[in-house]
Amino acid sequence: MARKFTRRKFMAGTAMGVAAATFKFPAPAIAQAAPFKLGLLTVKTGPLAQGGIQMEQGVVTYLKEKSYTFAGRKVEFISADTGGSPAGTKTKAQELVEREKVDAILGPLAAFELLAITDYIKEQKTPMLSLAGAEDMTQRRPNPYFLRPSATSAQAMHPMADFAAKELKLKKVITISEDFAFGHEQMGGFQQTFEEAGGRIVNKIWPPLVTPDYTPFVAQIADCDGVCQGFAGSNPLRFLKTYAAAGLKFPVVTGETGGDDALLRSFGDEALGMYSCCPYTLDYANDSNKRFVAAMQKDYGIDPGFYAAGLYVAAAVVDAGLQKNNGKSDDKEAFVKALRSVDLKDTPRGQIKFDHFGNVVGDFFIRRVEKVNGKLVNKTLKTYNNVSQFWTYDEKKFLAAPVYSRNYPPLKT
Amino acid sequence: MSARNLAIALAFLALVTLPFWMPGIYYINVGSQILFYAIFALGLNVLVGYAGLVSLGHAGLFGVAAYATGYMLQLGYGHTEAILVALVIGVASMALYAVLSLRSTGIGFIMITLALGEILWGLAYRWISLTGGDNGINVPTRPAPFGYSLTVPTTFYYVTLIIFVASVVLSAVFVNSPFGASLMGTRDQPRRMNALGYHVWMIRFYACLFSGLLTALSGILFVYYTQFISPQTLSLTSSAEVLLMVISGGPGTLLGPIVGAGLVVVVKNVVSGFIERWNFLLGAIFVAIVILMPEGLVPGTARLWRLAFRKRAKPVKTETPS
Amino acid sequence: MSFWLVLTVNSVTFGGLLFLLSAGFSLIFGLMRIPNLTHGSLFMLGAYVGATFVVGLLGFQLNFWLAAVIATLTVAAAGALAERLLLRQLPGDQLAQVLVTLGLSFMAADFCLMVWGGDPLSVETPGGLGGFARFGVAVFPIYRLAIIAIAVVVALGLWLLLDRTRLGAMIRAGVDDPDMARVVGIRVSQLFTIVFALGAGLAAFAGIIGGPILSVYPGLDQDMLPLALVVVILGGSGSLLGSFVGSIIVGFIYNFGQALLPELAYFVLFMPMLLVLLLRPQGLFGRHVP
Repeated sequence: MARKFTRRKFMAGTAMGVAAATFKFPAPAIAQAAPFKLGLLTVKTGPLAQGGIQMEQGVVTYLKEKSYTFAGRKVEFISADTGGSPAGTKTKAQELVEREKVDAILGPLAAFELLAITDYIKEQKTPMLSLAGAEDMTQRRPNPYFLRPSATSAQAMHPMADFAAKELKLKKVITISEDFAFGHEQMGGFQQTFEEAGGRIVNKIWPPLVTPDYTPFVAQIADCDGVCQGFAGSNPLRFLKTYAAAGLKFPVVTGETGGDDALLRSFGDEALGMYSCCPYTLDYANDSNKRFVAAMQKDYGIDPGFYAAGLYVAAAVVDAGLQKNNGKSDDKEAFVKALRSVDLKDTPRGQIKFDHFGNVVGDFFIRRVEKVNGKLVNKTLKTYNNVSQFWTYDEKKFLAAPVYSRNYPPLKT
Repeated sequence: MSARNLAIALAFLALVTLPFWMPGIYYINVGSQILFYAIFALGLNVLVGYAGLVSLGHAGLFGVAAYATGYMLQLGYGHTEAILVALVIGVASMALYAVLSLRSTGIGFIMITLALGEILWGLAYRWISLTGGDNGINVPTRPAPFGYSLTVPTTFYYVTLIIFVASVVLSAVFVNSPFGASLMGTRDQPRRMNALGYHVWMIRFYACLFSGLLTALSGILFVYYTQFISPQTLSLTSSAEVLLMVISGGPGTLLGPIVGAGLVVVVKNVVSGFIERWNFLLGAIFVAIVILMPEGLVPGTARLWRLAFRKRAKPVKTETPS
Repeated sequence: MSFWLVLTVNSVTFGGLLFLLSAGFSLIFGLMRIPNLTHGSLFMLGAYVGATFVVGLLGFQLNFWLAAVIATLTVAAAGALAERLLLRQLPGDQLAQVLVTLGLSFMAADFCLMVWGGDPLSVETPGGLGGFARFGVAVFPIYRLAIIAIAVVVALGLWLLLDRTRLGAMIRAGVDDPDMARVVGIRVSQLFTIVFALGAGLAAFAGIIGGPILSVYPGLDQDMLPLALVVVILGGSGSLLGSFVGSIIVGFIYNFGQALLPELAYFVLFMPMLLVLLLRPQGLFGRHVP
């Protein structure tokens, strides 16, 4: 608890510092030596705050590591709280672009926030690096100023499905996930790959985002040999509790939000044995990750997860892109081009690069929850290298099919 | 020219020239938001302030108009059709609200409107095939009346300002008309009004329709402003927020809801950039206002003003609606 | 077949939890005539305070039931304080009271986020109540069944309090006719504080009891408040029996609605509330129109 207070105090301190620095109205012309302005759209109030606060911690950790300097330019960091609502996201994006005149935006968190501002970002030509799912942002409705250094909704589910069918030998799986785009797209990707590998999805269950008690949905799980859950926020916790309380024992597989490393400290033993596929894993043994994990533990007293790592990597991409562009960011098109050509060898998630839509190509890790010294950990079992958003599919064919949705691929009866 | 008229003229001048003295587009956009939320608050104020009927479901109506606009555009209709249909649906929904909720007053009215608002929210949230659920509906374009594209923030501001001024004038005419007087009569002395031969229910019903019109107008402006609509806009929290705008500014005054809208929008959007715990601040401000200035900021400030200058003004009798 | 059985049993257990949540709400609404919009926040606050001790955030862990008692008393005290310092300032002005509770609920939500952060807290099932009970083909967790028992015990306790004690008689008099109660010398304003504290404590107790099922997370307040409202409107404010029956009904509507009519789940949840308000404003068992 004491730690938490200091963390809060620290964050309030930085926020006040930023506030003091940005209170004056922006200067019209930006000289080249001017500070680089990095904006963050995150959620610090309301139900989505958990992931949002970690996002900010990830960025700050990277900035501190680089002493707030990218390519020789001082970095001015401006964090904005969207409140988790689409309307709030729009206003805060305007604040970052129009008042602060930021050079790049990190975030937002949720797909519905991203969808609410994508047209605006395109108009304003501000480079944006988000970890929100919304597949079509890098597929059928690409946005030239958008980069996704984390993963599309389904990017981790393709390898998860491959693993579930080939190594776990699951045959009949029921999917259960929140009834919104991120859930639909995750489950769609799982179904596509799983059914091609010979398995079958026997039922798809869609509880709403806000579900105090999952029993009415868990009661529908029967006649299968595995369950794929795609929950986010605090929902995986409640789902698994209810699942275990109903006496269900089928193996559970999930994606980056359902098995997030940062969530493990909240889980009980009901999470043991759950498989997840994630573009980041806490036990990844390279220098960059060790540095990152140590810094997060020191400053915030927590093990980082997908949200913090995702934003740490996003900040690293901005840093690398700026260096590639010789520290220049005023020509937005050249800057975004440089960002998209970034090829980083050593990030906490290993090597990453971008495809021509601005979506990440990188390693994905299959993990299983185990108990080590009385503490739950995700143990990496297998790494899928260089996974793109199109998995092993032909890009043209993939894009010709509809985007993954509630009813696509359809349930076979 | 009285001081009051001078102040109004100055305020009007400030609003008209706002894009010229504001330091950037961002603040012009904040100005637009304040204006359309002020229209929303004025709409609710008709009921809360002048009819003594407190609605905790107005965000549902606001959202219905916004969804109707978005849905019509999604079906491929033009902006004119979308706006007209949204207005009709907005007012019709209010009529339905009114028929159901006017059976009761006081807390009964609050609870019925709350239930209606939650039903509309529940439909927007779960009736995925119609509303897209949490994914919401995108509105890709803004209209361009007479060739002036509303994608330009300044143009959007002026169009909002015109509708805002029209709403204020309309509200002023409404309130000062004999109808307005009879409405306030139904608030303060419903039985006596009834005895005097007024049709209390009908008066309240018409007031509801007027409130619905302003609410629908602001909902349409909102959806064109954010170019996106999702269920959160209809939530109980949104209904509470607009009610707080009215109450904090001063119900039963024209200026009050406008000031309240400004307060809420500024705390939510501007102050939140500087203070991390802005929700706490917002809550604290409301508690403080209700305790210290129960009549609202505008009448409260006026009272302090009179007190400070020791004018022998007749004490204004404020009726608290029950 | 097991599907129907599980849903039916769960409807009753969820109803039990709703009763713990809404009994206090009903008393406050019945006596003070204000819909207390902080009730969801009190529930969440209780859950957080209790979870702090169960999980051991302060460096030591306490027994679940002891933590529940601490949470109940802490939040009851906070409720009494809020009533004394704030609601008391606005006698008879229901609208202002509604607004104050609304403002407090904003503050409480942000306060919890400030103190406990955004991480969800998972509350362990209290010792001895883990494991399952078997109903033919279906299994059911014992803790959920225990909630029914807890709800029944609390209901009996409240009934004894209201029906058999002097305090209860005064509360009932206040609910039925506050003016008359004053005339006969009952200090109604003091009753308000007691009832508000009692209601707040019950909500907090419900929060920690619900912890092992719902876990504790930001936004829990907004998830629970509407359910409490529906229960009390359905059952009738100020009526213990009404809260009990209303809770069970809402438990059934919630469970079967979510499972069978997902697109209309909230419609079928709020529609009965609306119908009762229109056709029988005093609720199924209420004694007066609010």
